[in-house]
Parts: sequence; C-alpha cells; structure tokens
Amino acid sequence: MLHGYAASLLDGAWLTFQVAVLSLVLALMLGLAGASAKLSKLRLVRAPAVAYTTIVRGIPDLLMMLLVFYGGQMLINIATDALEWDYIDVNPFVAGIATLGFIFGAYFTETFRGAFLAVPAGQLEAGAAYGMSRWQVFSRILFPQMLRHALPGLGNNWQVMQKSTALVSIIGLSDITWLADQAGRSTHQPFLFYAVVCAFYLGMTALSSVVFNHLERRYSVGVRRSAA
Amino acid sequence: MIEWSVITESLPQYTSGLWLTAQLTVLSLAAGLMIAIPLSVMRISRKRLVAGPVWAFTYFFRGTPMLVQLLLIYYGLGQFEWIQAQWQAGNTFWLTFREPYGCALVTFTLNTCAYTTEILAGALRTTPHGEIEAAQACGMSRVTMLRRILIPGALRRALPAYSNEAIFMLHGTAIASTVTLMDLTGAARNAYSQHFAPFEAFIFAGLLYLTLTFALVGLFRLAERRYLAHLQPRKAIKGHTA
Repeated sequence: MLHGYAASLLDGAWLTFQVAVLSLVLALMLGLAGASAKLSKLRLVRAPAVAYTTIVRGIPDLLMMLLVFYGGQMLINIATDALEWDYIDVNPFVAGIATLGFIFGAYFTETFRGAFLAVPAGQLEAGAAYGMSRWQVFSRILFPQMLRHALPGLGNNWQVMQKSTALVSIIGLSDITWLADQAGRSTHQPFLFYAVVCAFYLGMTALSSVVFNHLERRYSVGVRRSAA
Repeated sequence: MIEWSVITESLPQYTSGLWLTAQLTVLSLAAGLMIAIPLSVMRISRKRLVAGPVWAFTYFFRGTPMLVQLLLIYYGLGQFEWIQAQWQAGNTFWLTFREPYGCALVTFTLNTCAYTTEILAGALRTTPHGEIEAAQACGMSRVTMLRRILIPGALRRALPAYSNEAIFMLHGTAIASTVTLMDLTGAARNAYSQHFAPFEAFIFAGLLYLTLTFALVGLFRLAERRYLAHLQPRKAIKGHTA
C-alpha cells in the first residue's frame, strides 16, 4: 500500500519515539534542576536559571537546534584540533536530543517552579516537626504533591515537545518526517506520505493524553473535585 | 574572536528577514483570529453537526507538527492532477499554493486559528451565568448577546492565553525557512553557509528574535492593562499615603 516504504516509515516512527522520550527525560532533569535553582535563596544560583529560561523561551526552537548542531560541531572541531585528535562528527541523534531537552528544560523549569510553590509551606513545617530529614520531607511530602500540580503543565509541554521532534529532520536525522520526505520524492506521492506522518503524530498525541489523564487521576486521589 | 563581518555583510538579508518574519507573524495572527471568532462560537454549540467539524479541524492542527503541515501543503498538494490542472489554467486561488509564501501564510493561519479557536471556546464557556441572564432579561436576541456580551467578554478573558499563542507563532514562523523563504532564520542559515560561522550567524538572529519577543510581550502587557483594567491590583490613592 505504501509502495514498499511501510517498513522504513516504521523505523522512522521508532526513531522519532526514541528522540521524544529521551529528550523528555533530559528536559525533566533540567527542569527539576532549573526549578530548584530558581527557587534558591542564593542570587548566584538564581541568575543563571533566570537567564536560561528567558533566553531559551525567547528564541525559536529551530534556530536553537541549528545553533547547537552547527555550533557544537565547530566547538568539537576546535577541541579536536587543539588535542590533535581525529575528526569527530556531531551525531544528529545526540544533537537533536540535546537541543530538544535543553529547550524544553526551560519550559519544564517554569512548570516545576509553579508546582513547588503550590505546596503549602505548613505541610513542610509539619514534616520537619515530625522529625523528618530534609530528604524525607522532599520525597514524602513535597515531591508527590508537587507532581499533582505539575502534571497538567507537564502534559501540555509534552504535547508541544512531541511535535517539535519533527524538527530533527532538518538537521539530517532520518526520523519519520525525513523518511516520508524521501519516499514522497521517489514515488511522486508526497501528500500520501506526509498524511501518514500526520496520522502517526495524531496517534502519539492521542495516546499521550490517555496516559496523562490516567496519571492525573492517580495523583489526584484524595483531592475532591469541585462540582462543575 | 567574533567575526563581525559575518553580520555586517549579511545585514541587508537580516533586515529583510526580520521584516518577513514580522509580516508572516502579524498576518497569520490577524487572519487566524478573525476566522477563530466564528469557529469558537460553533465549537461550543450543542449541535453535534456544528461543533463536530470544528473539533476535527482543531484536533488535526493541534495534534500534528506545523512543519509537517507546511510540507503537506507545499509539497503534497502538487501530487494531485486536479490541482496541477488549476495551476495550468492560471487559477489565482490555487496558484497561492504553488508559492512558498502563500503556503507558509496559509499553514500558519490555519495552525494559529486552531489553537485560538480552542482558547476562545474555553473563554466563551467560562462566561458568568449572570451576564447571560442579564442579557436575556434585557430582551437581547442570541446574535445581539453574542456580539455585545459573549464575544467581547471572551476576548478579554482569552488575552493572557492568547499572548502565549502569539509568541509561539512568532517562533513557529522560523520553519518558513525550510520551504526556501528568507525569513530571519533563513537569513541566518544563509549567513552561516557563506562564512561557516555558526555562532555569529545564529546568535545574531537569536538576539533579533529576543527583541521581537520582548516587543510582543510588551504590546500584550499594554493590551492587558487596557482591556483587563478591572483585574489590575488597586493602586494606592495618591496623597493618601500614611
């Protein structure tokens, strides 16, 4: 049906899925670190985090990706020249994940920051009053409740992020969009192949909203919903 | 360390790129908003036949990457013989879809329209019941009520969410460079390929985008001060400070 390109598109879909999930992991880590830095009492810790979120959220993700991919290559070239090593190619897979993780880390920072602030301070004090250590307060009281407040925002960011994975095709990664482009050119049926890509993304975003709805319900156990 | 010539030599391209980026953003936002207003009213309709198609439209455009939408329209439509025949016949409407500029503008407009429709539909749904009852008590017809009460109120409530959408759109226009348009990102890619100086080329474009973003944020802040004045924190009355 797809002129023998079905298997190749499936490979691309798997690659896109990997890029999405791995950059999500990176973005979550950067987001947690960024939020902690932004909530720090030390100005020296806060300032870089503020600069990070302001700059990243102020420029397009495509431009950022080009900067990391081509700029990263140049930095590596300078380093390998100085160390008299062999030429190292920047792997577009790594560059793609690094850029997407870096960009969405800034959005996750804002989500986590808001969620941390939403946990009542009295609960943390109560934890301390029970003699819990700082780690126990974090892992038993702050984190689980923070997650409930963060989940809707995380879900939104994740939906945006999945769609941004299509940009990796521009830096030459053979993801589903890139492979559909190739298939469309050789069969002269680009509409058909791009429509398949659209269907793939619709499926992925639909599946994600099911998962996130489930998670939101799980983390909202014990919270009464206002009747609407 | 910095090769200033990379920037100075390409300055004319950056300037025209800046203009094209601003143009694409403003035109698609304006057209998208105009179409989104009637669509959002249809979206909250109780009739399935009215709300359903709008739901499908927003679901498709919000669930797929804008890059793929642009490629689908720019490269995809040429696959159909019927459209090629229209191009041959010189149909001005369909010829729009042969030019990268027309395709980019159509894609961006439809994309922002889908997001704006959902934002406005959400704002329409949160109209206070009292306002609707008051309008009915005044004897307003449904159309008058929409025009005087529901839509103006929804536009106000939607303003904060809409400002985010506008910034996303400004950044989204960067993909116009993938269909050969020389917008700000296109100018940066061109400057990069001429000099192989990624930092100068892309960081300068980034600074220009930051400026545009801040300008947009400033404009929306002014708009919020004007249209959401009733929600502003109260200022202390001058001369009465203790």
